Order: sequence, then structure tokens, then C-alpha cells
Amino acid sequence: MRLWMLIIASVILSFISLFVGAIDIRPSDLLDWGSDETQIFLISRVPRLLAIIMAGAGMSIAGLIMQSLSRNKFVSPTTAGTLDAAKLGIILSMLFFTNATYIQQIIFCFIFTLIGTLVFMQILDRIKFKDAIFVPLIGIMYGNILSAITTFLGYEANILQNISSWLMGSFTLVISGRYELLYVSIPAIILAYLYANKFTVAGMGEDFAKNLGLSYRFVLNLGLTLVAIISTSVVLTVGVIPFLGLIVPNIVSLYLGDNLRKTIPHTMILGIVFLLICDIAGRIIIHPYEIPVNITVAVIGSVIFLTMLFRGRAYAK
Amino acid sequence: MIEIKELTKRFGKKNVVDKVSLEIQPRAITSIIGPNGAGKSTLLSMVSRLLDADTGEVLLDQRTVKKWKSEEFAKRVSILKQSNYTNVRITVRDLISFGRYPYSKGRLTEEDKKHVEQAIDYMNLHDLQDQFIDELSGGQRQRAFIAMVIAQDTDYVLLDEPLNNLDMKHSVQIMKILRKLVDELGKTVVIVLHDINFASVYSDRIIALKNGKLVKNGPTKEIINSESLREIYDMHIPVQEQNGCRICVYFNSHA
Amino acid sequence: MRSNQTKIIFLAVLAIICMLLYGFYDIKGGFDYAFPRRVIKIAAMVVTGIAISYSTVVFQTITHNRILTPSVMGMDSMYEVVQTLIYFFAGSMSIWVVNRYLNFGAAIIAMVLFALILYRFLFRTNKYPIYLLLLIGMILGTLLGSFVTFLQVLIDPVEYLSLQTRLFASFTNVKAELLYIAMGILLIAFIYGFQIMSKLDVMSLGRENAINLGINYDRMVMNILILSSVLIATSTALVGPITFLGLIVANLSYQYLATHKHSTLILGASLISVIALVGGQFLAEHIFELRTTISVIINFVGGIYFIYLLLKESRSAG
Repeated sequence: MRLWMLIIASVILSFISLFVGAIDIRPSDLLDWGSDETQIFLISRVPRLLAIIMAGAGMSIAGLIMQSLSRNKFVSPTTAGTLDAAKLGIILSMLFFTNATYIQQIIFCFIFTLIGTLVFMQILDRIKFKDAIFVPLIGIMYGNILSAITTFLGYEANILQNISSWLMGSFTLVISGRYELLYVSIPAIILAYLYANKFTVAGMGEDFAKNLGLSYRFVLNLGLTLVAIISTSVVLTVGVIPFLGLIVPNIVSLYLGDNLRKTIPHTMILGIVFLLICDIAGRIIIHPYEIPVNITVAVIGSVIFLTMLFRGRAYAK
Repeated sequence: MIEIKELTKRFGKKNVVDKVSLEIQPRAITSIIGPNGAGKSTLLSMVSRLLDADTGEVLLDQRTVKKWKSEEFAKRVSILKQSNYTNVRITVRDLISFGRYPYSKGRLTEEDKKHVEQAIDYMNLHDLQDQFIDELSGGQRQRAFIAMVIAQDTDYVLLDEPLNNLDMKHSVQIMKILRKLVDELGKTVVIVLHDINFASVYSDRIIALKNGKLVKNGPTKEIINSESLREIYDMHIPVQEQNGCRICVYFNSHA
Repeated sequence: MRSNQTKIIFLAVLAIICMLLYGFYDIKGGFDYAFPRRVIKIAAMVVTGIAISYSTVVFQTITHNRILTPSVMGMDSMYEVVQTLIYFFAGSMSIWVVNRYLNFGAAIIAMVLFALILYRFLFRTNKYPIYLLLLIGMILGTLLGSFVTFLQVLIDPVEYLSLQTRLFASFTNVKAELLYIAMGILLIAFIYGFQIMSKLDVMSLGRENAINLGINYDRMVMNILILSSVLIATSTALVGPITFLGLIVANLSYQYLATHKHSTLILGASLISVIALVGGQFLAEHIFELRTTISVIINFVGGIYFIYLLLKESRSAG
């Protein structure tokens, strides 16, 4: 697949995305600057598209970074407890830092996500048996444990429904003024691109990296920080979007190999295309209602992942 | 009496066992030999109803094996395959007691206990009887499973490469026990062997398979000679006689 | 080493203490009101505990492993899929919903089919390593779960409410009527199970050894898959999915009782389940005064125990 094909696909899908929804908006309506349609377009549709683009690109890149650093194809925010750590961080900050400002809460969440991911990397370090299948298993279980704590706290504070609807993973509530946090993922993605080669080298292991004169600790921590920034901003604004960081980089690596410099643009755009398709499908199927995007992504994503597990075992090694 | 008629098994397009017909001579040790992939284990599996044949049939006392009730068959024929599950927490004694399952369905009678005791004696497992099988070495475990089959007390005992994982001492020990089963208790033993010298020294008859086809079937003496062996293994194998045993010296032979 | 009989008696006493504590502790005022409700809850926990332990142990015997359980392989999600599909295609007024027996029967048949497919493709051939199976199972669970949510969004909101009451099961709102059905099923399962305990012992030696000893192995596997599905359907219908309970209690039972005898193993696992559920619920409700249901705690503890098991198993494998 060529990059330009992906770009064209994403442009067409973006266009469709702008004009699909509960309220019918035609391109011609936009000529009238003062019309209701234009207002809706600017307050809801454009932010929604931007949010999808940033979330799609961000989550895919986050997955790619984690896969290079751990040198395991199946490690991703979904399969390493990162998203669950972000969720737990949010509920903790809601419970214990009620008086803190929004920014302080965000910073707390971010730090918590970072710690959650670091803990997993620590566990990974201790495991002798670094099988492509075994590591994500541990990661999923680790995520389940964090999730159980979240549910527990949610029950006790009686805000379970509250958070589960909020963390649902949907672009329905994305309107102007509620998604801007996602912009922090843009510098993160740029940094990821600049450091791409170093992530690959760091993934080869500490000794290997040092031999090449690379500050292993710095690169590792930078990578995980970027993952945490992206994950936190996505979870806080649109909720949990599973599997994206897992399958998109894997599909790209199937046809393009593993040179990070080359794969990053593909991964980004394919992530966007994938998320756009899921979101548009969710809006069309039961129009004028909506199916939250995380459900569509989870159904399609788990099917793709299962196919990869069944067919690509040799490749995963 | 076990008769095999035109037995065939296909895996994919390949006939792994191809129209094999023969009779197993009672009260004797019959060894099945042949190169890798000749279909030895598959043949044994079909005879012991572990595997269904595609065509042909196996008769036990003139009745086709498919018509036998599985539990009745288990009182007449026993089979031991190479792969044995080891993740079960079970003591050697309990494992051997399972050999009595076809008779007592898990509730041991005095008669059953006597058989278990005998099997332990036979395989010399007194010291190990209370150990768990997952704590044993491969050879010890193999002996425990053979003891189970002995406790099963069937007329026919089929063994698929029972000497795998065993050192020389235990291999000889087991072959001697099989000999005793035949000579003293009148059992019929059919055994897949890799080492032709064990086949030569201990068996009464030899069946040779190659590419799924029966190539030789007869008394040991008629098979252990250079001509017949060339037919089976496609290599020159000199045979020397030592203390009345025919030994095949294939270690530095040329094809 | 204490004999297994002593150990079982010890577990039984502990289970009874838990039940008594839960039944009578701090029961003020409306005894007539509170007590029967507690008894129903205890009964539900006992039935669930036994059903899950039983189905997990027999499932692990026929699949020859100790980390895969019917729940982990997505069988309780399958129950929800069936119920949702029935609502989706037949509607809440159809006979498939109104008639409880028909509904339950349909769910069980679908689950048995699912279990058979799983078995045929995943377990029968030794093609897939155990960790891959586990990962497949978990992702399958996610897939089925998301598929259920997906269908639920599509269903008419009124229908959805009715479905919710059907699917939203927990120990706090056990339906007495369903409890009786469950007890009946358990009874039948036990009468059948009683005859096959010794066969199960033989089957744990593997397919070839079991056939050698005269077991009709493939038919037994089929029967046990059906048994296992029925039991899981029963417990899921009664109180909803409790993913890790089976895994924890089965493994604790193997470890504590160190035997191959299924009668002992299943009894032990059932008692441990009752202790975990009733005792845990007692602690959570009365001592720590939590709102959380016991399943959340079990999933938390279970997750940690699972990682421990995985690391232990991998060390012996690697």
C-alpha cells in the first residue's frame, strides 16, 4: 500500500465524516455563514473530525512506540494496562483531588498513567519467558487488576455509572471546548517521529543501546512518557479506544516491515482511516442514533487481532 | 487371535498404512520395525482402536474391533503409546491401579490388589510406589506405565517404542520382563522398536514396514540377515552372530 | 501430611461457619423479612459455587491443562450473546423469552455448540500452545462482550430494558424461581456426575491411556462439554459472569488436596467456592461495609492469582 493512497482515503473519509450525523448538513449550507447548520458544523462536526484524527494517529503511534521498546508485536496500550491505568488515574483524581484545578487533575492522571506503564515495563523486565503471546497475556491480566480496582472504587463512591458512561470511548460528546486537550498529542507525535530510530535501538536492549552510545534510560523514559501523554489525553477526552494501538502498527509492519522512520507516517494515517471508518459506520448503522466508536472498534479490532493470532504466529516471533 | 485385513490409513493424500494384512502369532513377541515414517505407530494405533482405519479391518477372535465394547476390548488388549501425560498428581501405585479399571471401575477388589502387587513386583517398583509420577525420571515413569499395562492383565500387550528415554540397563530389564510375560504367563506382545538389535535378540517374529506397506513378516531368523535388512532400510547392514544372538552392525556401514 | 478426609471436613466446617455467620450475623428487627432473603442469597452462592467449580474441574480434565477455564474461554459471554440475539431477532414477547425453560434450553444448546467448536478447533489437535489458546480465549471474550453491547445499542429501548433485567444478574437480586431451576439442574448433574467420577480419573491420564482402559473417550468428552456448558449457563443465568472464580478454586483444590481423584477435587473446589463467595460476601457486607459485590473482589484477587499461576507455569515450561 502506498502512502498517498492512504492519504486520499483519509481525506475522503474526513469529508464524509463532516457531513454524516443526526442533523443533515450539506456543503451548500456552509455558504451561509450565519445559518444553524454552519454553527453545528463548527461547534460539533469539525471538532469531532479533529478529535478522531488526533486520537487515531495518537493511539496508533503510542502502540508503535510500545512495540518497538518492548520488541514485542503484541504490546500496546490495550495489552499493557496503560488504558486501565489512565482510567484508574481519572477516578482517583475525581475522588481525592476534588478541590484541585482541572489542570492539576490532568497532571495527576498523566503521572498515574506513566507510573502504571512503568510498572508493567518493570514486570516485563522480570519475566524470563518473553514470548510474543505470554507478555500481552500478563499485560491484559495486569489491566484487569487495575480495572477491578477502578470498579471497586466506583462502587464504593457510587459513581460507577458516571465514569463508565464517561470513559465509554465515543466521539458523540466531542464539541468545541471539550476536546482541546487532545492537541498535546501533536507534539508527542512529532517527538516520536524524531526519536523513531532511537526507540528501535533501545528495544534491542540496554547493552546493545549503550554499545551504540545511546542513553538507554533516557530514550526508554521518553518513549513511555509520550505513550502516557497520548493515552491520558485520549482517555480524558473521548474515553477508552481499545485495540487501535495494537492492530494498526501490526498491519503496517505486515506490508512495510519494521523501519520506524518509514512506518510512522503509515501507522498514523492508517490509524486515522481505521478510526474514521469505525466512527462513520457507528453513525450510519442506526441513524439518527449512534453506536459509540469503542464498540465498533472493539468488534472489528478483536476480529482482526484474532485473525492475526491464528494466521500470523510465525510472523509474530 | 488378532487378524489384520487390508488395513489402510490416509493422512491427506498419503497412504500412511497401505493395505496391510497379517496375523499376529499368539504367545510370542512380535516386533514391528522399519524406517521413520513407515507407519509402524499408525498401524499399532489402528489395531488398538486408538485410531479408526479408513478401509480394512482388525479382527479380535473373528470379531471386528469396531463391534467390541470398548471396556470388554480393554480386558483383552492393552496399548501403551509413547506420549504420556505427566501433569497429573498421581502416585505410581495409583497409576498402576488404573490398570484394573476395566474390571472394577475404580473400586479395587482383593483380586485387583493382587494384580497390582504383582505388577509392582514384576517391574520392581517397590521403592517408587508412593512417589508422584511427575517427580520421576523419564525411565522410571515409563516403567510405571508398563506396570499399569501389566496390571491390566490382557492377553495382548501392544507397546509403542517403550524403550524411548530409557538407558541400556532399563531397556534390557524391560525386554526381559516382556520375554517373561510371554514365556511364563503366555501373553502375546506386539512392540514397535527402533533398535533392530533389541528386535533381533528378544523377539520371536518380526514385521517390517516401509512406506506404509508390509515388506517382511516372519520368524526373526528369516528377517535378520543382510538381504532382508537391505530391502527394509535401503542400506548394507552386516549381521554378526555372538553367543547365539544376531547383532546388526550398522554403525559405519555404507549405503 | 493430613489425610484428604480431614482436609475436606475442615473445609466443610469452614463453609458452614461462613454460611451461619452470613445468615445470622447482626440480624436485627425484621428477622422474618431479612432471614429468608439471606437464605436465598446463600443458596444462590452455594449453587453458583458448586456449578462453577464442577464445570471448571471437568473442563480442565478434558483439555489437560490448569489455566484455561470455560469462563476464561468466553463461555459465560456466550450466554449473554444468546440472550441478546433472542431479543434482537425474536423480541421480548416471543415464546423464546416468555417461556423460561425454552429460553434456558436455547441458551444451553447454543453454548454447547460453542463449546464443541472451541474444542474441535482449539483443543482436539495439539496445534496451539496453551498461552496462545488463553490469549485467543480472552480476546474471544472481549469480542463476544463488545458484540453484545453492539446489539444492545441496536435494540429498541423498551426491549432493551426488558433484556437488562434478564441479563443484569448479581447476588443481590437473585430470582427465586430461577434458583429452583438451577438447583434441579445441579441435582441432575450430580446424579450423572456420580457415575462418571472414576471415568474422569481415568481420562486425566490422556486420551490414549483412557481408551486403552476401555473409556469411550470421544463420547465422554462430548458429554462432559455438555455438562460443563449446562453448569456455566446455570451460574451465569443466576448471578452473572464471575470470570476468575473457577480458576482460583480449581487450582487451590489441586494444590491443597494433591490428588487425582475427581470426587475429592470437585468436592474440595466446591467447598472452597462456597467459602470464598459466602465468606467473602460476609466480610465485604458486614465487616468492611462495602457496596461492592463479591465478584469485583474475586476478579481482583483472581487477576493477581492468575498472573502468579502464569509466571509459575512459564517457569516450569521455559
